[in-house]
Amino acid sequence: MRLPEGGEIDRTKPLTFTLDGVEYSGFEGDTLASAMIANGVLQVAPSLYRHRPRGIFSAGIEEPNALVQVGPEPSLQATTVRLTDGLVARTLSGVGRLTPDSGQRRYDKRYTHTDVLVIGAGPAGRMAATTAAAGGARVMLVGLSYPSGNVRFRGSPQGIPPADGAAELRVLSGARAFGYYDSNYVLVAHQQTLWHVRARRVILATGAHEQPIVFENNDRPGIMLAGAVRKYITNYAVLPGRKAVVFTTNDSAYATVAALVQSGAEVTVVDSRPNPPDLAPQGVEVISGLITNTDGPERLTAVSTQDRRIECDLLAVSGGWQPAVHLFSQSRGTLRWNGQAFVPDTPAQANHVVGAANGTFDTRAALIEATEAGVEAAAAVGYPVPPPPLPAVREREITPASPVWLVPGDPRNQFVDLQRDATVADIRRAVGAGMRSPEHVKRYTTIGTGTDQGRTSNVPALGVIAAELGVTPGDLGTTTFRAPSVPVSFALMAGRDRGKLHDPIRTTPIHSWHVAHGAEFENVGHWKRPWFYPKPGEDMETAVLRECRAARTGVAMQDASTLGKIEVVGADAGEFLNRMYTNGFKKLPVGSARYGMMCKADGMVFDDGVTMRLADDRYYVTTTTGGAANVLDWFEEWSQTEWPELDVRFTSVTEQWSTIAVVGPQSRAVIGLVAPDLDVSNEAFPFMTFRETTLVNGIPARIARISFSGELAYEVNVSGWYGLAAWNAIHDEGKPYDITPYGTETMHVLRAEKGFPIVGQDTDGTVTPHDLGMSWIVSRQKDFVGKRSLRRPDTARPDRKHLVGLLPVDPAELLPEGAQMVASDAPLTPPVPMEGHVTSSYRSAVLERTFALALIKNGRHRIGETLLAPLGDRVIAATVTEPVFYDKEGARRDG
Amino acid sequence: MSLRRSPLAGYPGITEIPFLTMVNVRVRPTGDAAARISERLGGPLPVVPNSVVDAGSRHILMLGPDEWLVVGPDGDTGLPDLLREPSASVVDVSANRTTIEVRSRDLLEHGCTLDLHPRAFHAGRCAQTMIARTQVILWQTSDEPVYRLLVRGSFATYLADWLSDATGSTSSTG
Repeated sequence: MRLPEGGEIDRTKPLTFTLDGVEYSGFEGDTLASAMIANGVLQVAPSLYRHRPRGIFSAGIEEPNALVQVGPEPSLQATTVRLTDGLVARTLSGVGRLTPDSGQRRYDKRYTHTDVLVIGAGPAGRMAATTAAAGGARVMLVGLSYPSGNVRFRGSPQGIPPADGAAELRVLSGARAFGYYDSNYVLVAHQQTLWHVRARRVILATGAHEQPIVFENNDRPGIMLAGAVRKYITNYAVLPGRKAVVFTTNDSAYATVAALVQSGAEVTVVDSRPNPPDLAPQGVEVISGLITNTDGPERLTAVSTQDRRIECDLLAVSGGWQPAVHLFSQSRGTLRWNGQAFVPDTPAQANHVVGAANGTFDTRAALIEATEAGVEAAAAVGYPVPPPPLPAVREREITPASPVWLVPGDPRNQFVDLQRDATVADIRRAVGAGMRSPEHVKRYTTIGTGTDQGRTSNVPALGVIAAELGVTPGDLGTTTFRAPSVPVSFALMAGRDRGKLHDPIRTTPIHSWHVAHGAEFENVGHWKRPWFYPKPGEDMETAVLRECRAARTGVAMQDASTLGKIEVVGADAGEFLNRMYTNGFKKLPVGSARYGMMCKADGMVFDDGVTMRLADDRYYVTTTTGGAANVLDWFEEWSQTEWPELDVRFTSVTEQWSTIAVVGPQSRAVIGLVAPDLDVSNEAFPFMTFRETTLVNGIPARIARISFSGELAYEVNVSGWYGLAAWNAIHDEGKPYDITPYGTETMHVLRAEKGFPIVGQDTDGTVTPHDLGMSWIVSRQKDFVGKRSLRRPDTARPDRKHLVGLLPVDPAELLPEGAQMVASDAPLTPPVPMEGHVTSSYRSAVLERTFALALIKNGRHRIGETLLAPLGDRVIAATVTEPVFYDKEGARRDG
Repeated sequence: MSLRRSPLAGYPGITEIPFLTMVNVRVRPTGDAAARISERLGGPLPVVPNSVVDAGSRHILMLGPDEWLVVGPDGDTGLPDLLREPSASVVDVSANRTTIEVRSRDLLEHGCTLDLHPRAFHAGRCAQTMIARTQVILWQTSDEPVYRLLVRGSFATYLADWLSDATGSTSSTG
């Protein structure tokens, strides 16, 4: 019920909400849980496994019972959901459900840096932040709630004023820090935003969680933590019960007693200590003893001590306080058992723990710690401050606590972890099975693995295990604390990295033309490359055959702008390339181009491409599309770490240049029209040379005679700004020749017909140049990276896999790429000896049949042999051939 | 119609500064070649990491211990030849990247992990970093603040999409 006055709610702003289909009202400033209690709704969904009635147990992030689904968000704690008008919630038994429309919600990320990060906005956190910020340091205060007025607390009527004065103080309220990583890198969930915070100093003022006491039937609705009862009364002006029993082991619950009495409740106290305080003057009976059991149909109606039964509708429990050490422990700080609780011991990062989180429960001492930490942090980050005056705090006398780990009773109904429904009986079973480590017991019983991260169960569990084993909880130590310490959704972690923003798509300057002309695209790394250009009614096979035919018989063009390009400049550029490539580049004449192959130090093929020599000290290297960044890194690594004496430097120019391949017997005529100043005759412009010229529309261009198809072919390189204009010019001039745009699939077929391997398709990091049948490209004179490895016996053995051709016996059958090949006489019962696999396989227009490339053991010496590809439901027979299928003499490249 | 086309031509709501002249210079910072290049630029090659020196209409961005990016206005076509030196690598990279102007630190903090607070990053600073999932050269040109993002042409549309999307969310998250 709602008290007539008090609390921090705004009674002028009533809100309506719906819980499990019933409409209720609350006020601005309520949590869902406080509004429920105001409406007399203490009971929530039954427990997950035992289906026992349960109620709101706490008033914060330690809540094990009151899980709700709010809209698309599952598994929220009613105790931390801020009440909003029109809120619709449903109580959950342990597990929530993701709903499909949760994808519509907008999540985001923020990255921020701060001098000092203060986690926790209670009195200590607020004091630390105010202090640290006073000298101008950048301070971020992150807390579950941040009241706008003075923070008042027990013993201090004035409290701590708001800290907004400091210029660089930033407050995130309603936020939860849940992950603490190296270098003071902290993740904070704030509404729909995931904050990545990097701080020079961190002050942890995360407070403490009150612990329950384990007794029989300690899980009924109406049983709550004592601190929570007080919080509901003082912060929200709601009274969870009129006839209350308070069961405590320590002084802190007496504040709850006072609040209950002040609210008009009838109160009886059961204190575990032999000489509890005397409250007779206030009309409160205090019994020295223990609660042993509870009663009620569902909600609590009575409790029993060893010798009495007391009628009540509320039991407020305090088993002492465990500092919230989750984040400190995540930061690799060590913990220590002080006889009552685990407290921070040695920090591993630049952080400070203050107040209750440090086991300092006395308010005055906590504020002194917070001030000192604030002063220390401010000085450490270069914005020193003098110690501020402490707010007036009344001193209190403390009676030592008397912890109770376990009250005798039926262990099957003595609950240790309410969310996991785990009991003392479960722990006994684990210990009885020989488990000694809390890690093992935790895994066996699942205690502490719920969404509440065991905030109210870890220490009681340790207490019970310790009691069973006859040791102290300190002897056992805690289980490991891991992020996230509060539940966060995957959607929050993903932020806006979804849909088209999930992964960048790279496009060339000519991309819009490809889209406008109906290209189908293929992903190559991040690039979108035209795969083929189907005409109306064409399928892929037909389109590719048409494109191939155009390249072999007429003229075709391809956007090759995605090729990696690197300018290698310096007096030793030639020497450097000589050391990187298996073949020589030092003697390549200016104006010429050469195909090169590169190995890693293990002698395996790494990348390939054509390099042009632009000047004595300047080369233009092209790489595979996917290998560009790796090759540049590889160059830098060798240059910086092995040969710093070489005068050579590298600059990526992949996107400086757009490259257009013009291919086919009629390409010379088209290039002649496109580049009217150029003498395109074979004599004036021979194969593997390049020319600088100006295109018909005035664009400066570098044209090379390079062929990846065996046909007469050119590559036109222009500045990326002019890529589209150059493409249009070539397309226009090529119209009389019916110039045909082609995509990556046709490129693959054309090169495969010539037996040109593609690094990464026909090689896989286990293939040497010799395996590819390319011994001609491996220099015997000079040294290069990988040369020594190529002399290893293993790289020279005869049964290595060689790149060969495969011609299916049935010319219409297409071998699937990746198909394993076996000998024709191999038994088809496992283990079947594998001879190798198909790396590329296509239909060829010019061969009028299918063909394939394959890596086959000792393949070059098995030409003519028939191998089989067993494919489950069928077997394809294919003949091993040389890997060159078309124009073996190389007669076509000059037109 | 102009033959030149910038990567973000026609992209709505994004301030692209197209066709800036950019020349990558790699040279030993202490040698004669560096001195001659500085002299011709009329400003020193900055040696403070991630700093920018203005030289008339041109700007010199320090990218690495031996690497600078000289940025000139559109049409500064003589720049590569001006800087050419026998023992330096001088490469025209004008079309390698395009430039996007952004006037919100808040916007960038949704996708950039660097500290952009004025105490840590201000006019005259640059950095090679990531915005969301693409590499950029981030360069602050004014304390208002005004930032330039130099992004590879192939990634420009992705970055523009990301910026447009982020603009929609900056108003709602403080």
